Amino acid sequence: MLSAEAIEIAAAAPRPVAPARHLPRHRGQLAWAALFVGPAVFGFLFFKLVPILASFVIALTNWTVANTPSFVGSANFERLLADRLFWKSLGVTAYYAAFSVPASMAFALLLAMLLNQKLPGQRLFRTIFYLPSVMPVIVTSVLWLWMFNPDLGLLNALLADIGLPKAHWIYSEGGAIPSLVFMSIWHVGPMMIIFLAGLQGVPRTLYEAVEIDGGGALARFRHVTLPMLTPTILFNLVISTIGALQTFTQSYVMTDGGPNNASLFMVFYIYRTAFKDTNMGYASALAWVLFVIIAAISFLLLKTSNRWVYYEGGNR
Amino acid sequence: MSARLPLKQWPASLWLAFVLAVLFALGMILPLAWLVRSSLMELGQIFIFPPQWIPDPFAWSNYPDALTTIPFLHYLWNTLVILVPTVIGTVLTTTMAAFGFSRLEWPGRDAVFNILLATLMLPFVTTLIPTFLWWSKMGLTNTPWPLVVPHWFGADVFFIFLLRQFFRTIPRELDDAAILDGANPLQVLWHVIVPLSKPALITVAILSGLASWNDFLDPLIYLQDSSQFTLALGLSEFTGLYTSQWHLLMAAATVVVVPVLVLFFLAQRYFVESITLSGIKG
Repeated sequence: MLSAEAIEIAAAAPRPVAPARHLPRHRGQLAWAALFVGPAVFGFLFFKLVPILASFVIALTNWTVANTPSFVGSANFERLLADRLFWKSLGVTAYYAAFSVPASMAFALLLAMLLNQKLPGQRLFRTIFYLPSVMPVIVTSVLWLWMFNPDLGLLNALLADIGLPKAHWIYSEGGAIPSLVFMSIWHVGPMMIIFLAGLQGVPRTLYEAVEIDGGGALARFRHVTLPMLTPTILFNLVISTIGALQTFTQSYVMTDGGPNNASLFMVFYIYRTAFKDTNMGYASALAWVLFVIIAAISFLLLKTSNRWVYYEGGNR
Repeated sequence: MSARLPLKQWPASLWLAFVLAVLFALGMILPLAWLVRSSLMELGQIFIFPPQWIPDPFAWSNYPDALTTIPFLHYLWNTLVILVPTVIGTVLTTTMAAFGFSRLEWPGRDAVFNILLATLMLPFVTTLIPTFLWWSKMGLTNTPWPLVVPHWFGADVFFIFLLRQFFRTIPRELDDAAILDGANPLQVLWHVIVPLSKPALITVAILSGLASWNDFLDPLIYLQDSSQFTLALGLSEFTGLYTSQWHLLMAAATVVVVPVLVLFFLAQRYFVESITLSGIKG
């Protein structure tokens, strides 16, 4: 079948090659291009570029539903610096991302390495490992809310089975974020598949070379698997960090930001400010700060990556 | 291949991997078992600690009860009214855009594409507020429009990226042959590219339908009137209203998740291929 081969070619294809000169093209290519990419470009302008600029303008106003918006300069940004809840939400979000990103990446890599062993029942394992990741986040949130229930939930029942005392999970200030981190490693399907694709791209000869040098499993992992996977690790790191910094539904459905703001994620705080307190100006200022943070982190990760990411074809 | 080895010849490392895989699989399936088990129990049995695993009796009536407590069919209809045009718009506009970014030559093409790609890093919440204010000024909140229209304008940049990667694997000679026969780009797309890209297009349709079914934040923002609620939103409302009715809540959650699981089992290869397709690898 064409598909499977084509996909392998796609996967193996090097980065963009300069377009080969083929037959002379239509003279009216520009008009055709406008037809083909026009909707997407319009969508970019109208649903991305204009809103991001408008968001900044709104951040400079005192815009609530009650009053006519008035220009207040940097007042919202000054207010933010003195806002205890803003700092709290920043801390909560950073705390969550700092643990959920490495934890889920490590777990995804572990699962991918197991799948890469060509175990019997491999397809079934892959299905089961991927399954939770396709579930609607609202369902997983409701389900885990029930599993975290201190009196009747699954997790405390399991703890009781091994003789441990009940935990309060998301219902205690100290437990809320660790509980959500634990929940996050349940959804590692896409990351796992990306790692698996990466693992399958590691040439066998490299492993054989380590074996000839007398290296064991640990040496194979440290000196072949990890270095060869660094581009994949970078990709997963960037995507999952951006995702973790935008966590919302869990706090909305499960904890309402609590207890005592222990799970006040930034996006949840922005949502509350904009749509419960209807303070669009201040919410936009908060949203812009999040935007700058995400842009800065992505930029730093990509910029510093050439120090630790190994590309087979030489560093770019 | 080690998988073909008889059990007795398995090296210790393979045993270790197999045992670990079984343990993780059990651990990951456990929440789902808990979901189904809770959805079939009477409330009295749910309140027993330590919890029991087997419902006694099987309370099948939880399902009709849950589905009448919330206007399930109505929410299903609302969900589909958004989902169907979203999928059509997504497949149509991402295919067109991907063709324009891979098969046509025009100045600035790759730069424009890279700018679009960069918007993947844009947090949704930053563009949300002005977009919401605009839709609300247009009087179109509480309608499917704000949820559907962006997908007719290439909101799904990742799918454009995916299809563009796929189109590039199709030999240009096929286009050229069609062009020699007098085909215009639209005909090349329709007669050459689309027939060869069916798996990729199906992948996009499935992923976009799934995203629409699962979407929570957009409906939450735009649909405040409960007559417009989608299933995801209805389930969240249900959680707020009937916090201790865990058996009904789990039955409702099961109903929302079953179509997703069925789709996943039927179309599993498309989920997996979507990632391989994007060309992300070590």
